[in-house]
Formats: sequence, structure tokens, C-alpha cells
Amino acid sequence: MSDSWGPHDIGGQQAGSIDLSEHDIAHWEWQIDAMMRLVHAKGLISGFAELRDGIERLSADDYDRLSYYERWAKSLAYTLLSKGVVTKQELNEKVAEIRARQAVDGLR
Amino acid sequence: MMSHDDHDHARTFQPDHAEPTSDAALVGLALRQLLIENGYYTADEEQTVIAEMQGASPKNGAYIVARAWTDPEFKEYLLQNGTESIKKLGFELAPYEFTVMENTEQVHNVIVCTLCSCYPRTLLGMSPAWYKSKSYRARVVREPRAVLLEFGVNLSDDVDVYVHDSTAELRYMVLPQRPAGTDDWSEDDLAALVTRDSLIGTQRDLILK
Amino acid sequence: MSEPLFLVGQHVRIADRTPPAHHRVPSYAKGHVGIVERVCGMHADPEQCIRGDGKPFQRIYRVCIRQTEIWIPYEGSDGDKLEIEIFESWLESAE
Repeated sequence: MSDSWGPHDIGGQQAGSIDLSEHDIAHWEWQIDAMMRLVHAKGLISGFAELRDGIERLSADDYDRLSYYERWAKSLAYTLLSKGVVTKQELNEKVAEIRARQAVDGLR
Repeated sequence: MMSHDDHDHARTFQPDHAEPTSDAALVGLALRQLLIENGYYTADEEQTVIAEMQGASPKNGAYIVARAWTDPEFKEYLLQNGTESIKKLGFELAPYEFTVMENTEQVHNVIVCTLCSCYPRTLLGMSPAWYKSKSYRARVVREPRAVLLEFGVNLSDDVDVYVHDSTAELRYMVLPQRPAGTDDWSEDDLAALVTRDSLIGTQRDLILK
Repeated sequence: MSEPLFLVGQHVRIADRTPPAHHRVPSYAKGHVGIVERVCGMHADPEQCIRGDGKPFQRIYRVCIRQTEIWIPYEGSDGDKLEIEIFESWLESAE
């Protein structure tokens, strides 16, 4: 058996017992999910292969620690930045805007 | 905000409009805002896509199962060419190939996508959290019987387990065995017996209500 | 549309290679021999999508491998199988 070549290539590895609890999908997660489908529908990506590739480039640490939709969010950012659809600067500015608004709204 | 009658201790409730604060989530939401502001898609289009996904459920898969149980010709075609056979029922899964694996007395099937978590959402609804988990993806290919035991499925040695790893463009569903004592049942009543987990393969026996 | 290179029932070996980027062959399956269970259709090759080389559309095959071939030791029956979908360029005949 070959060595695992990426943080996602985990078939056959040791792992703990499976958490069987159901999790509601949060509103923001639906929005990430919709974004994935829409960037494909609008032709910004040619296929989900690009998004899977983005996830596979995550560090082992990120892959482990991020939740399912956080991983797709990072992959979308990587992919669309690479394509020049958005710039790093505008993304950073928008994140700062959201954080500022959250502070005003009383979120941590 | 939705309220939940929390009968299930294991259920982890998250209010459905909770705002995330992690870096990764905020990058995602920032990206979304930029795409909408720059006209790549609209909030209305987003809502349509979300509503579509929220509307999908295992009912579609259950309907296909009930039809297969009552119509031998349909069942044969379903097992041979899932994608084409379900078009007649109004379901479209292209470009993916819909592939149905039949449970028998001798064989139990279980589905996974070890590399990410591919899943036929239009037919089964959103995938459960455990299906996407590293534990399930890592372990079910290597020790399917131990994993199935955690789901309450205890297979004897005379039943073989086939694990299907959805590695490319196929999307899978298990056709569970029809329970005994349902010979005269309507398709609707039969479909109501079929659970999401039986379509993934983490449940074998369906329970008569 | 090209003719299938492999037929149902044929023994095939899954290549053991590691392209530098996205590919859809899990490590656990690389290098193993299985039997073609089903000849599937033509699909866009994800490696081509990412790296821009190789055949853009390739046929997929469902390959059936005995669990006891892959995992040593394996807890289960000798009849247990693992079935995966593999693009044609990853397969060679093992007859």
C-alpha cells in the first residue's frame, strides 16, 4: 500500500469510534454550500475537481482542525484568488468589515 | 429561529442563523459577499439553490426503492443502468452515474467516499455528519464489520460485505431487502419504511411500523 | 467515444504512482489487482482539469478487489470485497 499523499487520503487509516449524532447545517454553511454550486453553475470553475484540489492542498493541521464547510470555504478562497476573481486585499478588507460589524452586534 | 423538540440526546442543536467567527468561515462569507457585490450571482439565486438542497430528502431514494420492490422490470433496469432508469421517474443525476447495489441474503452493501464525501444529494438529501467524518471514511473500507456494529448492524460470517468507495463520477445507493410481511403493501407505504441509513448501508433490516 | 480497453471479468492492476496534484485514486488501492465489475461511461478527467495534461475524457471502470488482498490482517469473511471506480489511464491488464 502506498503512503497517503494528502490530508484527505485517509482510507484505511486508524481512527476512533464514529460520532453518530446528527448536526443541523447552520445558515452560513448553507451559504458556503450554495456558493460552491453557484461558482460552478456560473462557470467560475470548470468542475468540482478544482475545489477538491483546493482542499487537498490544506496542511494536515488545517484539514484536521477545520470543519467540513470551513475546508470548502478555504478551498473556494484559494481557487478564486488563484483565478483572480477576487484579490487578497479585497478579501482581507471584507473579512475586517464583517468582524467589525460582528463586534458592534455584540458577537465575540 | 427554529425550535427543536429534542427527543434525541445525541442531537447537537445549532440555531440555524448562528454567525460563525472562525477565520475560515469568515473568509468564506467575505468571499460570498464579494461575489454577490461584483454580480457573479445574486442573493435570490443563492436562496433558490439553498431551498432546493433543503428540499431534497431520502424520500426520493425511498420512492425508487419502493418502485424496484414492486416492479421487477424496473428493478432489473435500475441495477443495470441506474441513471437512465430514474429519468423515467423524473430524476436527473447527470453527469454522475447513478449506481444501485442490491442487498441480498448473501451480500450486504455499504457506501463511502474516502477521499472527500461524494453523495447523491438530490436523491438522499444532505449527507449525515458521520458520513463526512474522518472516522467513517478511514475505517469503513478497512474494517466494515466493526463499523457496521457501531451502527447496530451485526452481520454473520455467511453474509459478505461489499464496500463501495465513490472515488470518481459514480454516485451510489443501496437497495435494501424488502421486509417480509409486506406483500400487499402500496408503494407509498413501502417507501415510508425506507430509511436514509438503509440507503447508505449502515442499516440492513427495515422495521415494520 | 472510444472502445473500452478492459472488459467485465478481466483482471486489472491499479497503477502505483503519485502525480504531483489532484487525483482520485486512494493510496490503499494503488498497486492492487482486481476484477473489472462494470464498464462505465466517459467522464471528464479531474487530473486533466487541474494539470491540463492527459486525456480530457476517459472511461471509468468499477474494479472489485478482495479485502483480504488489501488489508493484512483483515477481520471479516474471505468473500468481502472493496469496489472502486478508476479512470482507464490508471489501469493495466493483469491477465
